[in-house]
Formats: sequence, C-alpha cells, structure tokens
Amino acid sequence: MSGLAMPEPNAAVLGRRAEIATALRGIVPGEGVIDHPDGMRPFESDGLTAYRQMPLVVVLPETTEQVSRVLRYCHDNDIRVVPRGSGTSLSGGALPLEDGVLLGLSKFNRVLEVDYENRVAVVQPGVTNLNVTNTVQGNGFYYAPDPSSQIACSIGGNVAENAGGVHCLKYGLTANNVLGVEMVLITGEIIRLGGKHLDSEGYDLLGLMTGSEGLLGVVTEVTVRILQSPETARAVLVGFPTSEDAGQCVADIIGAGIIPGGMEMMDRPAIHAAEDYVHAGYPRDVEALLIVELDGPQGEVDDLLARVEKIAGDNNASTIRVSQDETERQLFWAGRKAAFPAVGRISPDYYCMDGTIPRKQLPRVLARTRELSEKYDLRVANVFHAGDGNLHPLILYDANIPGELERAEAFGADILKLCVEVGGVLTGEHGVGVEKRDLMPEMFNEDDLKQQQRVKCAFDEKHLLNPGKMFPVLHRCAELGRMHVHKGQLPFPDIPRF
Amino acid sequence: MSTILKPETAGGVLETIAWAAGEEKPLEVRGRGTKAGIGRPVQAEYTLDLSALTGVTLYEPDELVLSARAGTPLAEIEALLLENNQQLDFEPMDYGLIHGTETGGGTIGGVLAANLSGPRRLKAGAARDHILGVAAVSGRGEMFKSGGRVVKNVTGYDLSKGLAGSWGTLAAITDVTFKVLPRAETAATVLVTGLDDRKAVDVMCAAMGSSCEISAAAHLPADAAGRLPELASASGSVTALRLEGFGPSVAYRKEALKAVIAGAGSFEELDVGASESLWRAIRDAAPLAEGAAPLWRVSVAPTAGPDVMAALSSLSIRHFYDWSGGLIWLAVRDDAGDGTEDAGAELIRAAVAASGGGHATLVRGSAALRAAIPPFQPQEPALAALSKRLKDNFDPNGILNPGRMVAGG
Repeated sequence: MSGLAMPEPNAAVLGRRAEIATALRGIVPGEGVIDHPDGMRPFESDGLTAYRQMPLVVVLPETTEQVSRVLRYCHDNDIRVVPRGSGTSLSGGALPLEDGVLLGLSKFNRVLEVDYENRVAVVQPGVTNLNVTNTVQGNGFYYAPDPSSQIACSIGGNVAENAGGVHCLKYGLTANNVLGVEMVLITGEIIRLGGKHLDSEGYDLLGLMTGSEGLLGVVTEVTVRILQSPETARAVLVGFPTSEDAGQCVADIIGAGIIPGGMEMMDRPAIHAAEDYVHAGYPRDVEALLIVELDGPQGEVDDLLARVEKIAGDNNASTIRVSQDETERQLFWAGRKAAFPAVGRISPDYYCMDGTIPRKQLPRVLARTRELSEKYDLRVANVFHAGDGNLHPLILYDANIPGELERAEAFGADILKLCVEVGGVLTGEHGVGVEKRDLMPEMFNEDDLKQQQRVKCAFDEKHLLNPGKMFPVLHRCAELGRMHVHKGQLPFPDIPRF
Repeated sequence: MSTILKPETAGGVLETIAWAAGEEKPLEVRGRGTKAGIGRPVQAEYTLDLSALTGVTLYEPDELVLSARAGTPLAEIEALLLENNQQLDFEPMDYGLIHGTETGGGTIGGVLAANLSGPRRLKAGAARDHILGVAAVSGRGEMFKSGGRVVKNVTGYDLSKGLAGSWGTLAAITDVTFKVLPRAETAATVLVTGLDDRKAVDVMCAAMGSSCEISAAAHLPADAAGRLPELASASGSVTALRLEGFGPSVAYRKEALKAVIAGAGSFEELDVGASESLWRAIRDAAPLAEGAAPLWRVSVAPTAGPDVMAALSSLSIRHFYDWSGGLIWLAVRDDAGDGTEDAGAELIRAAVAASGGGHATLVRGSAALRAAIPPFQPQEPALAALSKRLKDNFDPNGILNPGRMVAGG
C-alpha cells in the first residue's frame, strides 16, 4: 500500500486551477473557497496519516443549494470531488486528489430539529456524533452508534462509513439508526431518501448509501433515530487465564439469550498498555480481559448481572469485578477507550487493523497473529469487539526506522487475509478507503466487484466522486454496461419444466 | 400460461437467466408465489421458480447466524430457530392471510425481496436490518455475492440491503445469510381500552419514549378490535403495548409502564399465550383480512397516523395502527360508489404527503386495479430516474419481473 497508486491526475484540470477556484468563489462566497497551500494544509490527510496529498482546491459550502451548484459545476467540467466530514477516517476515505476539489461539510453543523414524540433528530452532516447525544440527553435520550472517535467524527461521515462502536451488538450500526437523508448527486440533483417514517418504498438506496464511502453522493441532512436512555448501566470486568476461556464465556453469554449493551475483550499487551496509562484497576496476570456492560431497567440489569457472573465463573474466570457505581463503571471503560492512545505511548507509531471474524475463530486468529508478530518482528496488541467479532489488532512500529512501515503494512495485510480465510471480512467499521482497496479481491471475485461498480455507475457514471477509493480497478461504466451473452437454446436439459 | 423453469441449484439459476438475458425473454421471478398479488401484474412467457433451492446451509446459534438457500420455507427456518430459542427478530409478517392463500408458505428469499417486518419493526428493524449477506444472479446473467456472515462489515457497498424490497427486479436471490437473535424468555401485553385514535397515539408515543423498552405498540379501533378473539372481552377500541424479555425484567417494566400511562384509562393484561396470538394477528393484518377489499399499508411518522386518517374521512374505510401509529393498515370498500375507483390512491397519497411524507402501498387489489394505479408509492422524478438507472445496471434488458414495481421498469 505504501506505493499507493491513485487515478492519473487530469492535466487539463490541473492547468485550470485558478479558473476553477474563481468559479467556485462564484458559488460559495467569502472564505468558503481555500486555494492557498497554508490554508489547504489541514486537509491534506485524514486519520490515516501515512498518506498525504494536497487537494486542487478546498470548498466549504454552507447550504444544500451551494453543494448542488458545486457538484453540478464539477460534473459539467469533469472535475473530481472528494467529500470530507471531520477527516477522522482510518482508511484514507477522505484522502484528497491532486486534481480533485475537496468538498468539506464542516459548516453544516446545526441540529435542525429534535422530535421526541417520533423519537428522531434531524441534523446536518457536520454535526459530531457526540453532539447528537449531548443535544437530546437532557430529555433522557441518546444516539446509539458510538464510534470511538465520537467526539470529533461527523454524522455525515458516520453515514459514509456505516460507523459502529461498542454499542452496535445490541443497538445496531449507523445503517440501522438512520431513517432518512437528503443528498446531492454528482449531477447536482437533490434527492430525499426516507424520512421520519420507518419503511421506505422502492429500492433501498439509503442502505446502499450507508457505508458507500463518499462514492455515491454527498449527504446534506440526516434523520436519525434517538433512543430513550437506559434506566441504568453496570459493567463487569472479568479476567481469564486464556483467550479460549474468554471466547467461550462470550459464546455462553449469548447462548443464554443475553445481548449485552457492550462486550469488549483485550489481550495481555493491550491490558498492560491500558493499565499503565489509565490505572483502571485491570488485572495484569491474565491473558484476556472481558468488559461486559448490561444496560436497561434496574430490575433487568440486576438479574442479568447475576447470570453473567455465574457464566464467567463457569468459564474459569480468575477475577470478576462488578462496577459498584457510575464512577467505577466509567473507570472500567476508561482503559478500553484509551487503548489506542495507550498503545501509542509504548510505540512511536501504531497501525490499527479492523477485520471481523466469526467469534469462535478468535483463538485461532490470535495464535496466528502471534506467529506473524514473530515473523515480522513487530509487536501487536489486540482489542476486540467480542460480541460481534470485530478485531482491532494494533501493530506497533517506528516509521523512522527504514522498512518498518512497509513491514507493518505487510503484517496487517496478512492479518486481514487471515480474517477472510476464517470466514470473516476485511473491515468491520473503518471502511475500505485507500487502505484496504487492493485487498478487495481477497474477498470478492471479479463479478462481485463489477456488480458493485455498476451501483457506482447508477449514481456517478463519470467516476468523479471520490475515485481511487474502495475499488482496486476502475472500470468505465460503458465497459461495465456491455452484455456478454451467448444466444441459443434453453441450455439446461436437467431443469424440471412444467 | 407461463412455462415454469425450476432450477435446483444456483448454477441452474445462472444458466436460466443467462439464457433469458441472451434471448431477451422476460422472466417472472418467484419463490412460492405467496406474494404474487402484490405489485403490478407481471406477464412473462417464462416463470423462474426458485422454490427448489432449499435447505439451511449454516446455522450456528452461538454466533447468531443462519444461512439458507433462498427457496427454503420461512416456516421451516422459524421452526429450527425455535428449537434453539432463537428467532428472526424483525418478526416477518405472513401475507398469506390477507390474500386468502396458504399461510406459512413464504420463502426466506421472499422475506428479503419484500423486506418484510412485523410489529417489532419499531424496535428491531426490518429484514434489511438483519441481512448479513447474499448471493444472487443479476439480470445480466452473472452471479455475485455481497456481505458475509458477520454483523460488523463495511467491506464494499451493501448489495444485500440493495436487494431488500427489490421484489425480484434486480436479481434472483439464491442464498441469504441472516443475523438471528435469542427469543425473549417471556412476554406480556398491556391493553388500554376506549381511546380515540389521537389519544391512543399519544399514549403509545409516551410509552415508546419511556425506558420501558416497549417491543410493539398498536391501536385497534372498536371495529378492528371486535374481529380478534383475543380481545373478545374488551368493548370499544384497544391500544396494545408489548413487553418482552427476561421474566424479572418484564414484571419490573410492566409496573413502570403502568405508571407512565397511568392517566390513559383502565388496563387489562394478556399472558404469554394470548399475547403471542394477538401480535401474530396484528402482524398479519388479521382484522382486515376478510374479503377482497383493496388494502393499503401506509407508513408515516407515528404522530402523523391520525392526521392521515382525519384527512380521509370522506372515504368508506376500515383501519388500524401498528408501529406506535406509524403504520396504518387501511381497507377501502370497493363497492361504496363514492368515487373511489382508484381505491382511494389519490386521496391517501395526498394525505400522506400533507402529513410529513411516507408511503402508501397497495398490498391487496385486483390485477386490473394493480395495473391501473401504481401499487408502490410513486417517486419524485430525480429519485425515480436514479432507481431506473440502478435497475438498468442490474438488469439491462429488463428481463426480471418487468414492470412489477413501476410501469416500464
């Protein structure tokens, strides 16, 4: 991936840079168009900081009408566009293109409406994830998806990446919590999908949009489902001598019909890094640590806590601690939530992977990861959304040592291939972006990828929106549309006909 | 009479569609045909019958995942899940009752193709929210897969959701993988009697907005309530609120719920058995099942439900609400002679638009009616054009269920 190939820049567009900036200023007046290198510098990268590219020009519209006119202009002039929310993508989803307009949605930062009766909030895409919860929590509500970047990441970005978080086992991903969007196509056409109602008729374009990584359209308004806050929440911290015991405990909890609000696992290196950093009181002499959070009505939580403690004990737990108050519950989580920066303290750089595996494969994947760690001579710490099988190996490396970044990337690619091999997928919540783009053929064959690109063709026939992300090979829509057919007789004598 | 082609493998489906694509022969794509009465009538020389693609191919209860060939009967899958105390959490409805056809006859592929759901929709979502992966054959005669068998997955576009509610017009689904969930240990239903529509929706929204974790909320006006044996003891309208979960939790929340809705009137309670039977009846629109009157399924914001009904006072209709007021089942008398030759389509859709938007789907009506008016909610031009482009990219020759969702599409 280090030698990342992006689409060949369009020389004609590069040559028209000044003219394009002027035209965009005609659409977005004031300081909404940035073309000075100093001003564009903050946009040259996102959360995947290994890659940087200055955009052609940055535009920060404030209204849907402006977004529509910018996109129409770019469409008419064959100019590529890279949409950007808060720029927290860990897969390079918002990496600029040299010949592309970077379209930032940061000025779309207002909560437009909160409708408690219908339990929805209508927000602009630049509103941060946490801000939705902050807006409604005074009335006893919250927004369920909670990616760990929730303080910074935007709702529009959450839609683009189908963001998850620790709560998604019980409450679903972004796709399950978004009821509607207003969006602009690359042609400038403004369309609405869904709304405050639950079912939408026709093709599930909202389902296709969610997780489409900015390749299909630009979202300008989002209607999300808000949920009543649980009456209470308590967490149990359980240590195990082996990851197999921890894995079996997770399986038994779910087997007992219990779907916890959150269920997180850490391995020994991650536990030590987190404990050294946060002093959450994690046991150091265990191979796996499980945090199980139960939320809901008081009566239910008390009942389920007892059941979970019993199951943990039956699975050789060496330590079991139940949070006694809200402060202690928060402390249990503080270590897990700080796992990434904690690992950052013990290594100059780390590379965060994001595969998902069938849960029962965890011991096999961890064992193989340890072998790979020796092979590549790089340390690795694992945090795991245990309930849903989403694994985040953090590969520790030092970018200043020649060859270490490349080794870390090769290690990461091997882990992801392993995830696919055991029945899992390349990315659970961080997206494909540029990072995993070239690994897509590990999971999909040529026909699978072509059919996905045909969806792209329905939305953006000229491949102008965020090209170079998600697909390893870009096929022209005209080529994808061609039919290769063999005419002839009904070719299946073995098929019963009536 | 259409010639029925009934392949027994995904490979056979591929061959069939590849041939039809080459010959430009339209196919009526179906599972067991239990929803054939929904949508515009399809006339095709050949029928692609997927009901021979049967069998559960993977079921791992601990991993909460089940895969099956598309033609596997839903009833068979539900029975298997029940043995393991699990379920499809979105409570897929059975259209057999309102169409007077076989009940329990639908297939798991049809569940996705029609994006089915039930009373738990307002908490748990619909089929689209639980589908993890698919394999299908496009109208191009190419097999493709999407998704996988894990819940957390953002690898590529979610074509599984893309096929939800596509009614066989984009691709013939051959395999599906669904998330499954534990069945609740127990359930209880609290009934409030005698509320009018508006008051009932207020009560349901208050309950939904509480921390009682209501898993279903429906309101049946007196006429609808009177048609259900489970409600025989009630006189007048019935508003029903369901609680599900572990025993101690349900007991605790039931008391909390009564406090939340204390001012609403007198309560009755249904035990597990009666509760299950009542919600099955509501799920399958039993109060309006009898007869052949055109039947609409209207989805709006919950508080808009009574507004829609108020705007339709000139029509001769019967109705009830599910989803806290957000789903209206509406039967239009077709012999009323009150100018409803279009089964009320124009008035109903105008009322939906005036109440904040949503959709109205004609789920029962004669073939002539379904050809004369759009059974599915018409879309704005830019959206309709986008949908058409999507269709063309999956099925360029328009051979899969042509015209079922929109004329010429």
